[in-house]
Amino acid sequence: MIEINAISKAFDNVQAVKEVSLQVDEGELFGFIGPDGAGKTTLFRMLNSLIVPDAGSISLFGLDPVKQYKKVRQIIGYMPGKFSLYTDLSIEENLSFFATVFGTTIEENYHLIEDIYKQIEPFKKRLAGQLSGGMKQKLALSCALIHKPKLLLLDEPTTGVDAVSRREFWDMLKALKSKGITIVVSTPYMDEASLCDRVALMQNGKVHAVEKPQVIVDQFMGNIFAVKSNNNYKSLLQLRTWEHCKNVYPFGESLHYLDHRSKVSEKEIENFLLEKELAEVEVALVTPDIEDCFIAFTQTETD
Amino acid sequence: MNRFIAFVKKEFLHIFRDYRTMMILFIMPIAQILIFGFAITTEIQNASIAILDKSKDEVTRELTQKLLASGYFSADQYLSSESEIESAFKQGRAKMVIVYESNFGNNYEKIGASNIQLICDASDPNTARILSQYAEGIFASYNRTNQAIGIIPEVRMFYNENLDGFYMSIPGIMAMILMLVSAMMTSISITREKEFGSMEVLLISPLRPLQIILGKVTPYILMAVINTISILALGYWVFGVPVKGSLALLLFECILFTILALSLGILISTVAKNQMVAMFVSMFALMLPVILLSGFIFPIDNMPVILQWISNIIPPKWFIIIVKTIMLKGGGLEYIWKETLILIAFIVVFVGLSVKKFNIRLQD
Amino acid sequence: MEKEKVIIVKDLVKKFGNFIANDHLNFHVDKGEIFGFLGANGAGKTTAMRILCGLSKPSSGLVEVAGFNVKTNAEDVKKRIGYMSQKFSLFEDLTIWENMRFFSTVYGMSRSNFKARGQLLLQKLNLFDERNRLVSTLSLGWKQKLAFTVAILHEPSIVFLDEPTGGVDPITRRQFWEMIYEAADDGITVFVTTHYMDEAEYCNRVTIMVDGRIDALDTPSELKKQFKAESMNEVFLSLAR
Repeated sequence: MIEINAISKAFDNVQAVKEVSLQVDEGELFGFIGPDGAGKTTLFRMLNSLIVPDAGSISLFGLDPVKQYKKVRQIIGYMPGKFSLYTDLSIEENLSFFATVFGTTIEENYHLIEDIYKQIEPFKKRLAGQLSGGMKQKLALSCALIHKPKLLLLDEPTTGVDAVSRREFWDMLKALKSKGITIVVSTPYMDEASLCDRVALMQNGKVHAVEKPQVIVDQFMGNIFAVKSNNNYKSLLQLRTWEHCKNVYPFGESLHYLDHRSKVSEKEIENFLLEKELAEVEVALVTPDIEDCFIAFTQTETD
Repeated sequence: MNRFIAFVKKEFLHIFRDYRTMMILFIMPIAQILIFGFAITTEIQNASIAILDKSKDEVTRELTQKLLASGYFSADQYLSSESEIESAFKQGRAKMVIVYESNFGNNYEKIGASNIQLICDASDPNTARILSQYAEGIFASYNRTNQAIGIIPEVRMFYNENLDGFYMSIPGIMAMILMLVSAMMTSISITREKEFGSMEVLLISPLRPLQIILGKVTPYILMAVINTISILALGYWVFGVPVKGSLALLLFECILFTILALSLGILISTVAKNQMVAMFVSMFALMLPVILLSGFIFPIDNMPVILQWISNIIPPKWFIIIVKTIMLKGGGLEYIWKETLILIAFIVVFVGLSVKKFNIRLQD
Repeated sequence: MEKEKVIIVKDLVKKFGNFIANDHLNFHVDKGEIFGFLGANGAGKTTAMRILCGLSKPSSGLVEVAGFNVKTNAEDVKKRIGYMSQKFSLFEDLTIWENMRFFSTVYGMSRSNFKARGQLLLQKLNLFDERNRLVSTLSLGWKQKLAFTVAILHEPSIVFLDEPTGGVDPITRRQFWEMIYEAADDGITVFVTTHYMDEAEYCNRVTIMVDGRIDALDTPSELKKQFKAESMNEVFLSLAR
């Protein structure tokens, strides 16, 4: 189990992480969701013992990353945000290097990485620099797993990877989870939240909610209307001037509109827009998305 | 130990995969030696000089004749007064002006001593130095020929600064190459790990910082040794540069200097954020001082006092003294123990600083 | 009413040796449209975009951008387009205003024209009073908004955006899309290439490229209907897998 207790970290006046407290259970697939600069990487580096927190404490399966960093480093597999493999070494050379460094061999723990590694094994003589994004990821994951870690720390593993490879990657994480490995992952993509058991929404160094993704969505207060018209931009400007408007923002092909009033009908909104000379207006009540929740959380904070 | 060997193996793979860098590392020393040996010759031929002969007697004529016959000098103009000296230099026509005092021949024959003035255009200090030495040599030989008639000394060989100049540049080239291979390459290869993010993974692994550093450094020690040997071999067989002193001692000092350069490289890598910075710092903080202040190209004695002081903290200065002593003078450790101690002191300081800065964590 | 077409691509083929990067592409983009250009890494997106920007010539086929043939009038094309990428946007060690002035000169804007338009655009961003700040001191979100402003500074006919909002927080992302909507409303055509499918949802029409071909071209909602999918991500997965 991971216990994070009110940790903070500042770099030259920038408060990167502010009093973050949470728990991750053993065997859980836990996600830190937040944009670039939210403090995810700093938090990960405190977990993996590369950075010492200014305040607060961390316990990884009973170990303190500050004092017992050597033991901590044995039990974690870490994939930093930047592609961390040697591009001028081949797949096989990379993997066997990391295996030796962690005091093991490919054969010894082959069963752990088999599912992932066998997909790239046919190309094992190829240099890592010549691999596609998805293949690099598989190799990086294999390298992080080769010493049989109890905990996988993956910092933005899907950044810059296309949708197909992202999906494959999450499938691999689920398979690993079923083997009992605790996985902590960070991502800037809101749509990946639903793939985690529980998520922490992060913004400006703070954690806003730590919950199951579904619970976060269920707890959303108020109704969200998806509004479409022949000119979404004009509708947006018009709705913003409306006295009842609580919030309105673009959301994919439509706008998401929140009203101050607790009861408001679709028709009312439609009529308002028709009055403003917009056409083809469609209004529908929708269930909030994790992005809506994120916006709501961060907006209440700035208000 | 297994880990360490794996690490060194990986470093060698990096070096061999990047064949361009490898070519530079192995071919550059050879190219440097060849360039210094053949192209940049310090021999002077037909340097224009001006002559101000206030005496105009037999002796001065004979001397002038001797100077011009040596092939080093050609008389560009004959001046009639001191006031013309400056303009001769300013026009850039004369590199040196020879002034015979009045009654030169008289004094020479009667007192056995007469004064001659050599005025050099020192805006090019090397040429100036060489020209004056040539001229002095010719005058000295003239003295001798007259005192012991019948003996005609081999002026040319004795005063051939050409070969000697090349001898002098061998220690400098060695210092430069070792600095480059060791300091620049290690600092670049360590910062590369930082830049690619793999340093994070290495730090987290059970590898100790010392193992990481040693693993980075070992391949370059080997490369440096190979380079040292190839420089010495090339010097010996192609240009006949002798190693008068003990070869073992010379190699020992080279390895010592390599370690010094490596520790500097590590220090640079702890400060530099990326490969670009590492390269620039290595270039400006290491290469330029080596070239300019170590006595490699410009003699330290000719420098302003402040620069002479600064040259003391330039490690290659001491290395060059050591190599010159061993190679050219054949001196043993008893002549260079001081310089050796200075090198060791540098190593202690740099290693101490870099181990202190090379953290087990990412922060300072 | 027939809309003005700013990009016309007919039978575009681009070959590198035996490798066909673009295989008979056909599409057009209307003026003021927000056009999404999607595909996995290596699907041929970048190649096609380089051709549209006049950086590379098609092997065969007709490509017209802003009324000019990219094969014969690449320089005219380049003057009429703007470009913004997430990878490089602005010079960090110059101030906001210096960055803008630099790009205005690159695109040959007159001084007075630049002053007026630069001020107007910065005021809209509420950055005019901060114009002497170094770009490096701005947050990522602000940098991106500023980069977009710089890309449309010279009033191009088309602005090309390469993964403009990947990794940005949801609020900034929306402010960014509002800017895009506004630019489109002003008649600037917006061409977005991305492999983030959630960005695709914001476009009027999208094409999806797979292995050098265009496999789908429609509005996001039509595509979702067609593939019986909840999101563009699913549409993409069913096409690319």
